Amino acid sequence: MPESATRELTFAQAVREALAEEMRRDSRVCIIGEDVAEAGTPFKVLSGLVEEFGSERVVDAPISEAGFTGVGVGAAMTGLRPVVDIMFGDFITLTMDQMVNQAAKIHYMSGGHWKVPMVMRTTLGATRRSAAQHSQSLHAWFSHVPGLKVVLPSTPYDAKGLLKTAIRDENPVVFFEDKMMYKLKGPVPEDDYTIPLGVADVKRAGDDITLVATSSMVQIALRAADLLEKESISAEVVDPRTTWPLDEKTLIESAKKTSRVIVLDEGYGRYGVTAELAALIAEGAFYDLDAPVKRMAAMHVPIPFSPPLEDVTIPTEQTVFHAARSMCKPS
Amino acid sequence: MTMAAPQFEAGADTAVQRDKWIHMYRQMVSIRLFEEQVNELYTRALMPGLAHLYSGEEAVAVGICEALRIDDYITSTHRGHGHCLAKGASPDRMFAELLGKEAGYCRGKGGSMHIADPATGNLGANAIVGGSVGIATGAAFAAKKLATDRVAVCFFGEGALGQGSLYEVMNLAQLWKLPVIYVCENNLYNEYTHYTETTAGDVLSRATAFGIEAASVDGQDVRAVYGIASRFVERARRGEGPGFLQCNTYRYTGHHVGDINREYYRSKTEEQLWKTERDPLKVLSEWLLAQGLAGAPALKEIQDQIRARMEAAVKFAIESPYPSVDEVEKHVYA
Ligand SMILES: Cc1ncc(C[n+]2csc(CCOP(=O)(O)OP(=O)(O)O)c2C)c(N)n1
Repeated sequence: MPESATRELTFAQAVREALAEEMRRDSRVCIIGEDVAEAGTPFKVLSGLVEEFGSERVVDAPISEAGFTGVGVGAAMTGLRPVVDIMFGDFITLTMDQMVNQAAKIHYMSGGHWKVPMVMRTTLGATRRSAAQHSQSLHAWFSHVPGLKVVLPSTPYDAKGLLKTAIRDENPVVFFEDKMMYKLKGPVPEDDYTIPLGVADVKRAGDDITLVATSSMVQIALRAADLLEKESISAEVVDPRTTWPLDEKTLIESAKKTSRVIVLDEGYGRYGVTAELAALIAEGAFYDLDAPVKRMAAMHVPIPFSPPLEDVTIPTEQTVFHAARSMCKPS
Repeated sequence: MTMAAPQFEAGADTAVQRDKWIHMYRQMVSIRLFEEQVNELYTRALMPGLAHLYSGEEAVAVGICEALRIDDYITSTHRGHGHCLAKGASPDRMFAELLGKEAGYCRGKGGSMHIADPATGNLGANAIVGGSVGIATGAAFAAKKLATDRVAVCFFGEGALGQGSLYEVMNLAQLWKLPVIYVCENNLYNEYTHYTETTAGDVLSRATAFGIEAASVDGQDVRAVYGIASRFVERARRGEGPGFLQCNTYRYTGHHVGDINREYYRSKTEEQLWKTERDPLKVLSEWLLAQGLAGAPALKEIQDQIRARMEAAVKFAIESPYPSVDEVEKHVYA
């Protein structure tokens, strides 16, 4: 983190500040989405933006995710830099054709002639008691598609720096925010800064085991690392920050150093982000590993409503702690 | 509302008017002869993929695009060669694209269904039915925000009336008064099914329900298409909002070149009737002759010139190299 003065911001404030700064810097940046203007979204992430930038640039759209995502694609091709707001990550299903068949492919199909510099901001994450259609973490779907970039910030600092980079990127970028993290506080510099896409961050250095974690799971991994420390196990927490582009080198180097790896992600494990990262580490660090790479992810079930059921569907600091301890100290 | 073809405006310069109609004739002949070459390339197995020919529908693309400026936008469809040519693309680079050659508009990476060209405002053909309705509406959104006074035209077949996103963006376009014109090319068939089997109720009402100005026009009469298109385009340019234009037309050949035996969904008599009674080239040329604006030899000469141009363009494409294999990983990201 740079040396300049910092203050504590929430994750939501950091996102808002990134948007406001980019909108001040570049008049082509605009926001399109449901209840983004006066309402500032159900999570109040955008509060105050319409007051500063007006309804010409903070545009309330009808409940037409495919429609206004498509508008974002066309507007990005022809001179604007839209930030399309999809209220819940579950609703990306309605935008799939626009993102996968249009946005992701236009640059390639046109032989490099058209570009789609747009950002889709949306959410992920369970445990908000929102049940099966408002709790999914579907970032693996977009990570699967060449032509898209996928960002998974885990701290206010990362959220601000990565979002600014995403808005300046010439490609379609999908930016997933953990809705349970909006109130998380952290230090954010007052000065302008950006964070490049495709650079992992070691959130905590350690020697005995690597916890590779994304988005919501970074905080879980950090808390598990605290618990492990009490048992004299030194855990390293590595956050790739973007699933594509992906900083393979940092992940593999950490795995080689500690020789044990757990990969954590709140999306589904089957055919998901943990599968990809574990495979990559197994291929890149096989001869340095002392144990098979372990994956921890959402259970392969629709997210249930009932709290005791929902709570067991995703990794927690306790389950991660126990898994890590048994890998390091087999009984 | 059904529109008749405009007559000469009183006092307008006849020579200018004549040149305009002759130019449209040239454009329509270009599309017809381009597609003849495509058919030939395809049947000689020189063209990979699928070929959806525009023959029979020429008056729609030409009538609409002639009402546009070069910097106005279009989005196109799987049946898009006519739109590209009418918007100003050159046949040699189009043929090169169809053959997957590096000289093609998309360096061979798009093919017949994805030709795009920023220089002529062509945002791209689209192989997803209804896939470009958002893009065209977004281009109109940007034109309005950036105050460029550009207009966007979204071409789609009547098959796209089945796609929900069309209704999402029409609602947006009317709410936000966007300069976009939805051009429904009703050639009667969604692939192999008559559109009345797939389309309930009335077509225009779907647009008027949103308060969008809508009209039907004889899509075989380029003068009629041009007349109504000009009115819709000027309206949109003045900031008065979107339009919806249904152009009634007919595709002469199969859904794609390989769709040969099609009597199970439409009769040879029907096809013949459209070709002899409603051919867009014939409709215009007969009018030109009757008005004394062109003689038969002049029209024949136009055809010969264009045929030679198409042959040269095909030759160029055939002789052009394929992209080198390292092109495969280029342009995934900008
Ligand atoms: C979303 C989608 N569904 C199905 C198809 C397969 N398909 C290609 S063309 C076509 C029919 C299109 O009919 P219409 O829109 O009327 O256009 P036309 O071919 O008549 O020009 C279909 C179903 C497709 N390309 N995209």
